[in-house]
Amino acid sequence: MSKEIEVPELGFFALIRYAWRQLTSMRTALILLMLMGIAAIPGSLIPQRITNAVAVRDLFAANPELAKWYDRFSLFDVYGSPWFSAIYILLFISLIGCVLPRTVEHYKAMRAQPPATPKNLSRLEHHQEFKGGEKSLERAQDWFKAHRFRVRVEGDSISAEKGFLRETGNLLFHLSLILILVGVSFGSLFGMRGEAIVSTGERFINVATSYDTLSFGKLTGEDSLSPFEIRLDKFVGEYDPKTNAPKDYTAWVTVKDNGKSYKSVMKVNKPLTFGNTRVYLQANGYSPVVTVRDSQGNVALQGPIPFLPQDGNLRSIGAIKVPDAEPQIGFVGSFVPTNARTTGQGAISIFPELLDPKLLFSIWKGDLGLDSGVPQSVYRIDTNTLEKVGLGSVKPGETFTYPEGSITLETVVPWINLQIVEDPGKSYALIGGIVAVLGLLSSLYGRRRRIWVRVNGERVEVAGLAKNSAPGLEVEMQKFVSAIRGEK
Amino acid sequence: MQTTWAYVSNYFVYSAMAVFTISFIAHAFETAFAVRAPEVADSTDGSLLTKTLDYKRTEKTARIATAMMILGFILLLAGIIARGISAKHVPWGNMYEFSITGALAFTGAYLAALRKYDLRWLGLFVSISVLLTLGTAITLLYRNSAPLVPALKSTWLVIHVIAAIISGGVFLLANVVAAAYLYLERVEERGARPLWLQRVPSLEVLDQLSYRLVAFVFPLWTFAVIAGAIWAESAWGRYWGWDPKETWAFITWVAYAAYLHARVTVGWRGRRAAWLCIFAGSTFLFNYVYVNVWGTGKHTYSGL
Ligand code: HEM
Repeated sequence: MSKEIEVPELGFFALIRYAWRQLTSMRTALILLMLMGIAAIPGSLIPQRITNAVAVRDLFAANPELAKWYDRFSLFDVYGSPWFSAIYILLFISLIGCVLPRTVEHYKAMRAQPPATPKNLSRLEHHQEFKGGEKSLERAQDWFKAHRFRVRVEGDSISAEKGFLRETGNLLFHLSLILILVGVSFGSLFGMRGEAIVSTGERFINVATSYDTLSFGKLTGEDSLSPFEIRLDKFVGEYDPKTNAPKDYTAWVTVKDNGKSYKSVMKVNKPLTFGNTRVYLQANGYSPVVTVRDSQGNVALQGPIPFLPQDGNLRSIGAIKVPDAEPQIGFVGSFVPTNARTTGQGAISIFPELLDPKLLFSIWKGDLGLDSGVPQSVYRIDTNTLEKVGLGSVKPGETFTYPEGSITLETVVPWINLQIVEDPGKSYALIGGIVAVLGLLSSLYGRRRRIWVRVNGERVEVAGLAKNSAPGLEVEMQKFVSAIRGEK
Repeated sequence: MQTTWAYVSNYFVYSAMAVFTISFIAHAFETAFAVRAPEVADSTDGSLLTKTLDYKRTEKTARIATAMMILGFILLLAGIIARGISAKHVPWGNMYEFSITGALAFTGAYLAALRKYDLRWLGLFVSISVLLTLGTAITLLYRNSAPLVPALKSTWLVIHVIAAIISGGVFLLANVVAAAYLYLERVEERGARPLWLQRVPSLEVLDQLSYRLVAFVFPLWTFAVIAGAIWAESAWGRYWGWDPKETWAFITWVAYAAYLHARVTVGWRGRRAAWLCIFAGSTFLFNYVYVNVWGTGKHTYSGL
C-alpha cells in the first residue's frame, strides 16, 4: 500500500492564482528565456522555408522519410511553429506579470519620502563619526541638493537617497521588450510582402496582379495596397574587373504617387518609401528583348523576357513561350552577357556585364500546356510532350530562322527584382529597441544608494548603504564628509 | 592583383605578430623568473616550500611584455587602417578582416582592463590567443582585398560591426577570466596554489571581474544587434529574418541575458555562473566560426 499524499485542496481561483504566481516568478522567466534560446537553435541548422525554400525541397527529395518527420515537428518553420510561439508567449506573459506590478511599486516608491534615518547608525556600513559644528546639517543638506539626492529631514537627521534611475531603467528595458514584441506581431498581422520583376522601360503598378509573389498578414488584404507606380528608366550594375564581384547597383526610376510624378534613384541600401510601404532593389538580371514571327512573318511575340541568373557572371536560363503561334512554340534558352569562346557545347559567361551577349536555345513545338490550369514556372518549359525543332543561337540584331518561323534578338535590357514590403509595426519595434538600450545602460550602470547623517551637538555621524553592493560609495562618502567639515 | 596598400597592411600584420610573439615570451619569462630558487642553506630538508615569488626581479621583463602588447596593438591598428585604404572601404568585408579586427578588439579590451585591474597574469593567455587568431587569419582565411558587395555599403554596417567586434573582444576576455576561475577552483580544491599561480587574483575577484565585463558590454551587444537589424531593414526589406547569423546573435543575447539574470536575480556565483558565462561566449564564437564558414544565409559573402 502506498501512503496517501495529502494535497491541499485548492479552489479554482486559488489554483489560477498559484499558476499565475509560478508563471510570473523570476525562476520560470529565466527557464523560459533559456528555453527560447535553445528552441531557436534547430532553425539555424535545418533549412527554413522562409529563408531557404529550395534547400527544404531538396531535403524532401533526398530524404523524404526524415523530411516528413522534420515537417511533423514544424522543424522547417521553427520560428512560426506552435512550440516556439508557446515559449515566447509564455515568456511575455511572465514578463508582463512580473514587470507591471513592479512598475506600480516603483512609481509609489519614487513618490514616497526616503525611509527614516535608523536609530543606530553605527551598525551600518561606511559608518563614520567626527566632530562638527552647528553648520554641519546645513552643509549636508546643501551637498545633497547639489548632488540631487532625495532627502527627508527630521530634526537632527537627514536620510537621503539617490539612484532610482537604475530601477527605472530596468523597468523601461523590460517594458520595451514588450513593445518590441507588439511591433513584431503588428507587422506580421497587418504587413504585406511581395516581389515583382520589372524590365527596363516597363512599369510596376502596385496592384495584386503585378506581383510574382505576394503574401499578406492574417488581418489584412489586397485593398491595403497603396496606389503607386514605378517605371524603370535605366539600370546599371558595376562590377570589379579583377574579381567580377558586384561593386554597385543603381536603378533610375520614375515614380507616380498621389498624382505626382517624380524621378528617383534606388540602390541596394536605399529603398523607396511610400508611407509604411517600402520598395527595395533586391536582385537583377537580363531580359533578352525578342521578336518571334510565324512562318508567314506575322509577329507572334515581342518584348523583354526576364532570364534567371545562375551564377556570379550572370549566366541565365529562361523560357520564351509563344502560345499565339500556330503550332505553339517554346524556346528553352540560356543567356550569357559575356560569351566565353569555348569550343565545347553549353554557354559560359566570363563577366557579368553585357560585353559580348549571346542567347542560345533549343526550339520546341506542341501544346505548351498554358491552359491546363497547372501553375508553371515562367523560366522553364516541360518538354516531355513537345517535339524538338532545332537548336540555335543569336547575338543582338541577329535573326535565327527555323521551319515554323524565326526569332530575332533585338537587344538586351537589364531587369530588377523589386521587393515590396509593408510593415506597420516596425516603428514600434525600433522605438522599443532604442528604449531597451537606454534602459539597459541606466540599469546596468546606475547605482542606487542611501546616505544618512545625524548631528548631535558636536557629534556628527554618517553612514551609507549601496544596493547590490555597487562600488564607488566609499569615495562618495569621503567627499560628503569633507563637505560637511567645510573642507574644499 | 594586390595594391601597394594591401602589401603594407600585410607587413604591419606580420610585424604585429612578431611583436606579440616577443610579448608572449616576455610574459612567460616574467612568470618563470619571478620564482626565486631556495637558498642552498635553507633546503637541507629538501623542501621546496621555501621557494618564493619575487616580481621585483622581473619588473623590467613585465614592462617589456606590456609595452610589446601596446606596440602590437598599434601595429595591428595600422595594418587594419592600411587594409581599409587599399580596399577603399572599412576593412570589414570578409572573415580575414573580421578576424584581425577581432584580435585588435581583444587586445584593446585587455589593455583597457589592465589600466584598472592588475591583470598582467592574463597577458600570457591574451598574447597567445591573439597570435593564434592572427596566424589562422593570415594562413587560412586570407583573401585579397576586394570591393564590398553593394548590400554592405552602409553606415549602419560600420556601426554594427564596430559594436559587434568590441562586444566580441570583451565577451572573449570575460570567457578567459571565467575559464581561469574554473581552473583555479580545481587547483585550490586540491590544496594551495602552486607558486606561479599565486599572483592571479582570488577566486572572488575573478568571479566579479567576468561579471563586470559582461555587464559592461551587454548594452553594446544589444545595440549591435539592433544596428544590424536597422541595416538589414534598409538592405533586405526586413529587420529580422531568422537568418542563421541573426538567430545566433539572438541566442548569444539570450544566453548573456540569462547569465545576468542568474547572477543578479537568482544569485548564482562561482562555478555555475562561470560555466554559464563560458556557454554564452561559446555561442558567440560558434556564430563567428560555424555560420561564417559552413553556414548558409545572407551573411556568408565573398567566399568567407
Ligand atoms: C527576455 C529577455 C530579458 C532580458 C534580456 C532581461 C534582462 C535583464 C537584466 C540585464 C537585468 C539586470 C538589471 C539589474 O542589474 O538590476 C534584469 C533584471 C531583472 N529581470 Fe529581466 N530580462 C529579460 C526577461 C525578463 C523576464 C521575462 C522577467 C520576468 C519575469 C524579468 C524580470 C527581471 C527582474 C525582476 C529583474 C530585476 C532583478 C533585480 O533587480 O534584482 N526579466 N533583466
